[in-house]
Amino acid sequence: MTPRRKRMLIIALCVLSVGIAVALILTAFNQNLMYFYSPAEVARGEAPGNRAFRLGGMVVTGSVERGDAKDLTVRFKVTDFVTERAIAYRGILPDLFREGQGIVAIGQLDADGVFVASEVLAKHDENYMPPEVAQALKDGKAQQAAQP
Amino acid sequence: MIPELGHFALAIALAISVLQAIVPLVGAQRGNVLWMSLARPAARAQLVFIALAFAALTHAFITNDFSVAYVAANSNSALPLAFRISALWGAHEGSLLLWVLLLAAWSCAVSFASRGLPLAFVARVLAVMAIVSVGFLLFMLVTSNPFLRELPPPADGADLNPLLQDFGLVIHPPMLYTGYVGFSVAFSFAIAGLIGGHLDSAWARWARPWTMLAWCFLTLGIALGSWWAYYELGWGGWWFWDPVENASFMPWLLGTALIHSLAATEKRDVFKSWTVLLAIGAFGLSLLGTFLVRSGVLTSVHAFASDPARGVFILAFLVLIIGGALMLYAWRGASMGVSASYATTSRETFLLANSVLLTVACGTVLLGTLYPLVLDALNMGKISVGPPYFNNVFVPVMTPLVILLGLGQHARWKQDRFATLCRELRMPLLGTVLLLGAAVATMSDARSPRAIFGLALAAWVVSTSIGGVVQRCRQRSSPWRAFLSMPAAYLGQHLAHLGFAVTIVGVTLVSLNTVDLHTRMAPGEHSELAGYDFHFVAAVPLKGPNYAGTEAQFEVTRKDGTAIRLSAEKRNYHVRGMPMTEAGIDPGLTRDIYISLGEPLDDKAWSVRLSVKPFVRWLWLGAMLMAAGGITAMFDGRFRRVAARPVERSVSADSVAP
Repeated sequence: MTPRRKRMLIIALCVLSVGIAVALILTAFNQNLMYFYSPAEVARGEAPGNRAFRLGGMVVTGSVERGDAKDLTVRFKVTDFVTERAIAYRGILPDLFREGQGIVAIGQLDADGVFVASEVLAKHDENYMPPEVAQALKDGKAQQAAQP
Repeated sequence: MIPELGHFALAIALAISVLQAIVPLVGAQRGNVLWMSLARPAARAQLVFIALAFAALTHAFITNDFSVAYVAANSNSALPLAFRISALWGAHEGSLLLWVLLLAAWSCAVSFASRGLPLAFVARVLAVMAIVSVGFLLFMLVTSNPFLRELPPPADGADLNPLLQDFGLVIHPPMLYTGYVGFSVAFSFAIAGLIGGHLDSAWARWARPWTMLAWCFLTLGIALGSWWAYYELGWGGWWFWDPVENASFMPWLLGTALIHSLAATEKRDVFKSWTVLLAIGAFGLSLLGTFLVRSGVLTSVHAFASDPARGVFILAFLVLIIGGALMLYAWRGASMGVSASYATTSRETFLLANSVLLTVACGTVLLGTLYPLVLDALNMGKISVGPPYFNNVFVPVMTPLVILLGLGQHARWKQDRFATLCRELRMPLLGTVLLLGAAVATMSDARSPRAIFGLALAAWVVSTSIGGVVQRCRQRSSPWRAFLSMPAAYLGQHLAHLGFAVTIVGVTLVSLNTVDLHTRMAPGEHSELAGYDFHFVAAVPLKGPNYAGTEAQFEVTRKDGTAIRLSAEKRNYHVRGMPMTEAGIDPGLTRDIYISLGEPLDDKAWSVRLSVKPFVRWLWLGAMLMAAGGITAMFDGRFRRVAARPVERSVSADSVAP
């Protein structure tokens, strides 16, 4: 191989590997993007049925039900003051999970329209409202005011 | 009165830093020795005044001066003294003050440890550091002043976030910030080199120890943060790919590329422009990280809107510093001269490939961290990027990196023959197989394909490191003497790579083999997990200085009958009404037992998280080894000799300086 052809080969290999890397990265990126939806948007059918997304809202007071099962199944509802959505979760809830508190859950809708959460987030302090939830609640209230 | 003095001291520090930014720089351009020699005393004076401001704010925290708004928002009279002091850097304004203090400390250190360097160079370095300092001091005084009074003062403070009332927070931010700010030295060296036009191997030799020290602090800071999250957040995770963590990880990745690229620049006078770009990038990401984490941009982009002055200032400052540096690079980069040549098969190639891979890794983290922010800022929907993205991308990038690391440790500088390299790598390859075999034979955990893959990478790093040392010593006339008199930089290199391997082992095994059980338990009940019997002995009330709670006592018994007592706590902090989990952890070299309490259920039962986490300690042990390697390398005699002979060119015999 002449030095010139060798150099061309190296350049071609570099371009190829960069191309593969970029393709891999973008595929992984695309597969793991999670959009945020409010309960109203889920009710309107905007949320995807077959992939995970984030659902946020205020935990409806009095909606938290714990079975006495050993596996810690818990069911509750979140609201954006327009509609409510039932969430099922198995495991330990975060320290700051409370009724009347804004939370974000990550998961998927099941066949019955229940949001099966794999993770429930309620970090930060007691005054903190996740920004997406704050926006969803504001939108929900505005919508209600517009249609008395 | 004292807070006002602190405020005043900050203003004086700003005036000094303005002088320090302008006069030495102009002096260096004109060759005015008097103007240049202003840089050193100015840097020291700046440190004095910023330290005064820092002391004033600390005083306000210690004496519970709640008329200072920042103290009132982040402290409380019931807070223990140690946490009242560390509360200073618990929020935005105070952490900025810590930042400028550390920047002044680094500048002062440069002013003392630069005796042998040319005066014009030192003047430029300190001036560039002062420019950064001017930006931060202005930012503090204009938008984020920690000394503002709130009158009449509240009866008591709003308390420090209980998550931050912990030993981890006392040391984690200062470590991390020392690392962040330390990259400003490398950055300033790069800028000063660009202005002065002498970016050669001598320049790289001056910059190396500073960069390594900063990198060590950053490594330890990140490890401490991970450790803190592990024991304090109550769910046993050690890395979440959270934007806040990514903000510290990105400068680390570029910083790692930088220390390697600098080594090549020093030894072989190559990659000069790439090294300079990495120095600018590492510091740029440190700046970005500082602002992202503390200014509230990350939890919500709308924090920008709530205080537009802050957001605009941050953006303007970033554009000015990084944009300015890149423009200077574009303008002066050509003056760097031709790099030495090297063959395709040479250590240079492997080093370059790895620094490119590290940069790619950094780019993927940057994409995943900033894309959601940009999309939200443009009102195009709210998204988040899940941890699987980072995991999926990181493994394919790190795999070639590890393989090339092994090859690079054996390849010669300048030119090597592929066939020779392959022959030399037969022993390390055998070593890898033996190490892997031993691991698989002794640990049942290590038998899944993914575990074998991860352990093989770690074994490869270890055996090529050992192979490199053996090969080097055997070439000498007396191998044992060569072994005992290994240069510190060489020893440090292998120590750090060994640390990297240890971390790989930790990451692999804890990610694949952690067993978790979330269950309901009442006192007196037993649960079984991974061969351990967990006995919930009793739940007793608990009372601390500013919290009350429950302590759950557990007895964990192994199959062979040895028992350990562990207690997990649930605390409720009075002032903020915030519940906190204190996990009960039995640390071990090969596994941690981890118990944390969820919430009280009816009739005395609790939801409980039980975990057995194999090799989790190796994560942080590896980081400590990496930092130890960096520190060792820093003390190489070569870097000290520089001080005595400033204009000396490269000492390595094989170096071909143009």
